[in-house]
Amino acid sequence: MQLIPCPWCGPREEAEFHYGGQAHVAYPEDPSALTDEEWAQYVFFRENPSGPFAERWSHNAGCRRWFNAVRDTRTHDLLAVYRVGEPMPEVIA
Amino acid sequence: MTASPLAAWRDRLAALAPVLDAAEQPFRSQLTVRVSDPDAIAAMGSALGVQFPSAACTFTSGSGRFGDVEVLWLGPDEFLVVAAPDLQITIEEVLRGALGTVRGSVVDTSAQRTTVVLEGPKVRDVLAHGCSVDLHPASAPGGTCVQTLLARTGIILQVNGDDRVTVLVRSSFAEYLAAWLCDACSEYLAVA
Repeated sequence: MQLIPCPWCGPREEAEFHYGGQAHVAYPEDPSALTDEEWAQYVFFRENPSGPFAERWSHNAGCRRWFNAVRDTRTHDLLAVYRVGEPMPEVIA
Repeated sequence: MTASPLAAWRDRLAALAPVLDAAEQPFRSQLTVRVSDPDAIAAMGSALGVQFPSAACTFTSGSGRFGDVEVLWLGPDEFLVVAAPDLQITIEEVLRGALGTVRGSVVDTSAQRTTVVLEGPKVRDVLAHGCSVDLHPASAPGGTCVQTLLARTGIILQVNGDDRVTVLVRSSFAEYLAAWLCDACSEYLAVA
């Protein structure tokens, strides 16, 4: 069983969580000014690194809060978790 | 009079003794409070006579003008106030008054969940059959309150003491949970 450390509730079973994709994807300041290509980049294109990846997770069955986590995509190790609004911590993979 | 969610399970839950004293406490007043302002949280605690929990995954309890009241931590800005049946309208008014114009909400969610009180020396062992939270007394002492999954059902689990646990479960899942409890107890009943 993989344990994910919720920043509020502490380590909990992975089944309690919901995955939310890449973190720190900022909403465009002026969406109507974007070209179709730029909009498609914002909506559909995501990083796909082999290594540490900042992601959004939601503790669905617990406190129901969204938070960010840095996960190593090669090992599924969670290297760091941090609350929404906090900067991404430095991690050593 | 409406039947409680587990009215039909009363005898089957009672039959779990001596492994588990399991009984439903139906129709308790429950209010979901969303507020993040510390002063408003303190004011609502004073109005209730029971201070709100300040630490995550804990609950507070006490006796005030509404009798025995518990306040459960559900999230960083979310609490559940639990009291005896038929007090929800009065408590809602009092809490809304204490909240004043501060951003927040007080919602009556009494019909959402029913309560099952479990007591017995094997209570933590039985729950461990379907709950991934560490229930060892060192990790989950009295006063612990976690939202988690028990046999895939979302529950609020309150630890009242070494041998006593309160489970709040959605009314529509209550019968499934009661059936699961009966099954989880069967191996202990066989040797009791």
